[in-house]
Amino acid sequence: MNVTFTLIGQMITFAILVWFVMRFLWKPLTAMMEERTRRIADGLAAAERGRHDLELAKERAAELLREARENAAEVIHQAQRRAVEIVDQSKEDAQAEGQRILTAARSEIEQEVARAKEELRRQVAALAVAGAERILRREIDARAHGELLKELAEQI
Amino acid sequence: MSGASEPATANPVEYIQHHLANWHVGHGFWSVNLDSLLVGWVLAGVIMWVSWRVGRSLDPDRPTGIQNVLESLMEFVDGMVQEAFASRNPFVAPLAFTVFVWVFLMNSLDLVPVDLFPKIFSYFGVEHFRLVPTTDPQTTFALSLSVFALVIFYNIKVKGPMGYLKTFLFHPFGKWLIPANIVMTLVEEIAKPLSLALRLFGNMFTGELVFLLAALLPFYVQPLLGSVWGIFEMLVITLQAFIFMVLTIMYLSIAHEEAH
Repeated sequence: MNVTFTLIGQMITFAILVWFVMRFLWKPLTAMMEERTRRIADGLAAAERGRHDLELAKERAAELLREARENAAEVIHQAQRRAVEIVDQSKEDAQAEGQRILTAARSEIEQEVARAKEELRRQVAALAVAGAERILRREIDARAHGELLKELAEQI
Repeated sequence: MSGASEPATANPVEYIQHHLANWHVGHGFWSVNLDSLLVGWVLAGVIMWVSWRVGRSLDPDRPTGIQNVLESLMEFVDGMVQEAFASRNPFVAPLAFTVFVWVFLMNSLDLVPVDLFPKIFSYFGVEHFRLVPTTDPQTTFALSLSVFALVIFYNIKVKGPMGYLKTFLFHPFGKWLIPANIVMTLVEEIAKPLSLALRLFGNMFTGELVFLLAALLPFYVQPLLGSVWGIFEMLVITLQAFIFMVLTIMYLSIAHEEAH
């Protein structure tokens, strides 16, 4: 076989073809596939991060819920205690009021009794005077003996 | 022209010789096989056009059609290169890829009916036309010598001129048998492009020849033999392109090894 221009020509064609394929297909294609690999890796990492965040958020939510429950329980407890206190307080108040009313009534009664006694005393005095008048069968000067009568009435 | 219109079976030897001659012009060094060059260019043009179209509008999210094919082929070739290579050379993978695609396309013209293109070109006054460039040793040697030139280039680049020379002097028998070493290594090196070119040429030439023989048979046998051989040739076409690519990678990988 002779070396002819066909051989050289095919070699030139081959060289140009290799250069062209490398420049216009291979390099963009590899760059694109590397880019794709990177993007997939990024996407997976982002998904992982998202999952992690979700986990954290769930934990946080559970914690908040727990706190809220505790708070609510505390509030209810306090309210109950307050209610008991109020009931107790009002019981005490009512008792005190009752006591006061009772005392007032008693003192009023006492006053009434005293007044009645006074009235009775005065009437008895009058009766005594009238009785004495009748006994003595003469008019006793009320004015002259007023001092005496008063003393008598106080003694009764 | 008159020979083409006769029935093929009238003169089988002439028919086969006619089909195995290239369309060539000129003499000596300038004897140019126009058919090999032309078909080579057309196929290279097709590859360039597809490369340019695909490379210009790459879609990383929704790859479609030819981009998928090229992507998987690229990954396949790249994986093979990375397996064979200890050092990273970004030039080898696209080179191997181009070798495979171009050789595969040239080989696959073997499946075109043997009389079709010679007949078409005969109307334009072209006496001989061989469609398959890889049945022309000029093409296969062009490929293998290009690869060989790269092998020598990388040998010198990686090992240094002295290091490369040393592989001739002290390999494989050590420093006491330098003359034998030179002969052995020389034969080994020269055998690389020779075997690379002749393997491809031989396989494709044989395939073409059997198709020509099938074309000589009566028309009722032709479909059977032609299709059976065609199916077998599909394997050969792919396999030879693949072997050429793998050996290119292997030779370049050996060239990249440090001298020891």
